[in-house]
Amino acid sequence: MMSALMSSLKNWDDQRTETFIGNLLRVGVLLAASVVGIGAIIFLHKYGGLVSDYRTFHGEPDQFRTIRGIFHEALTFRGRGIIQLGLVLLMATPVARVVFSIWAFAAEKDRMYVAFTVIVLAVLLYSFLGSGI
Amino acid sequence: MVPDSVTHLHLPTLIAYGTLAFYAASATMNTLEFTALVGAGSFVAGLLGALTGLGGGVVLVPLLALFFKVDIRYAIGASLVSVIATSSGAAAAYVKEGFSNIRIGMFLEIATTIGALAGAFLATRIPTSAIAIVFGVMLLYSAYVSRKPRSQKERNLPPNPLATRLKMNGSFPEAGGIRHYNVQNVPTGFSLMFGAGTLSGLLGIGSGAVKVLAMDQAMKIPFKVSTTTSNFMIGVTAAASAGVYLSRGYVDPGLAMPVMLGVLAGSFLGSRILVEAETKWLRIIFSVVIAVLGLQMLYHGLTGKI
Repeated sequence: MMSALMSSLKNWDDQRTETFIGNLLRVGVLLAASVVGIGAIIFLHKYGGLVSDYRTFHGEPDQFRTIRGIFHEALTFRGRGIIQLGLVLLMATPVARVVFSIWAFAAEKDRMYVAFTVIVLAVLLYSFLGSGI
Repeated sequence: MVPDSVTHLHLPTLIAYGTLAFYAASATMNTLEFTALVGAGSFVAGLLGALTGLGGGVVLVPLLALFFKVDIRYAIGASLVSVIATSSGAAAAYVKEGFSNIRIGMFLEIATTIGALAGAFLATRIPTSAIAIVFGVMLLYSAYVSRKPRSQKERNLPPNPLATRLKMNGSFPEAGGIRHYNVQNVPTGFSLMFGAGTLSGLLGIGSGAVKVLAMDQAMKIPFKVSTTTSNFMIGVTAAASAGVYLSRGYVDPGLAMPVMLGVLAGSFLGSRILVEAETKWLRIIFSVVIAVLGLQMLYHGLTGKI
């Protein structure tokens, strides 16, 4: 009973994990927002005067829906490519949090939660890699 | 800390933006004007979402689809991306304060991510009018939940064998010291979380209202822990459907950019302004706005206009 109570109370390791996760999320979001901001300046400077139409759905062209295409567009300093790269960084932030959690649970020798977290990571990777990117 | 005038200022601005957006729908704008208006609207949505605790994501899709006449698929893609930004930003603060329960979050994320994947695949297969109808019902439900008083939970519940085995019971700092809690009804909570994930993937929202329902009502987790843990889970849940949306071409950089930056800035400012007295009637007004948008989404879905 006592040991169950002890293990359920947050110990120092859990606290350190939480601090790290907090920083990871903050840095990820700020980095993503900065990249999107840079892309926005280039995009608006170049195309701000034109008219954009989102009334009918065409789906994005290939260079904005695959990781390879987005990197290519971003590295050639196209505004929309840089924005899209920022959005991919944003999507990668929770994935990085999950990867770190696997490591943290492993460090605490909590095999059950390592297994749970691996399942979540598998679902995320399937979404990003298995769904056609 | 912040003068009341700040919050007073924002309701008239909301109305002003609403009028502008209405004008926007009928006039032809260039990309710069469109970006500025969408960014301003998203800023107000993020600000009100954070001030009222109702989340701004839920009004983004109706704002884009109804006022800016954006195709609902582009709207969902942009909203989903911004949901990752706001939830991760807020979670960063909550996790450090020790309210979120990472184990509960991690375990339930199995259900929400699989649900989100299912929801995203569903979204690419069902007609947009059906999505609009589900969205309308979800908005009306959110408005209803926001008006309902917080459930007075029984304290000091006995430990539940399954929750104990899953190491979900926890504690959090409270005014009188550390408060301990025992989690209940794990299977019910897990199933509800699958539903929350599916709605999130289908509609491009955080579906915090359903997540809190699962944790607060079913699993008897203290309110502060449910809301912050729910927020913590929203980013991962949204990321699970974001991959599908990105590869299907729903995420447009030109549209997602002002939405993401606007909502992020608005919710960041909103989380700094905490005026208790003002949020009470702000919540009432915002929930009315949500309900009206819900009815409009239902109407547009049922008449096949979306």
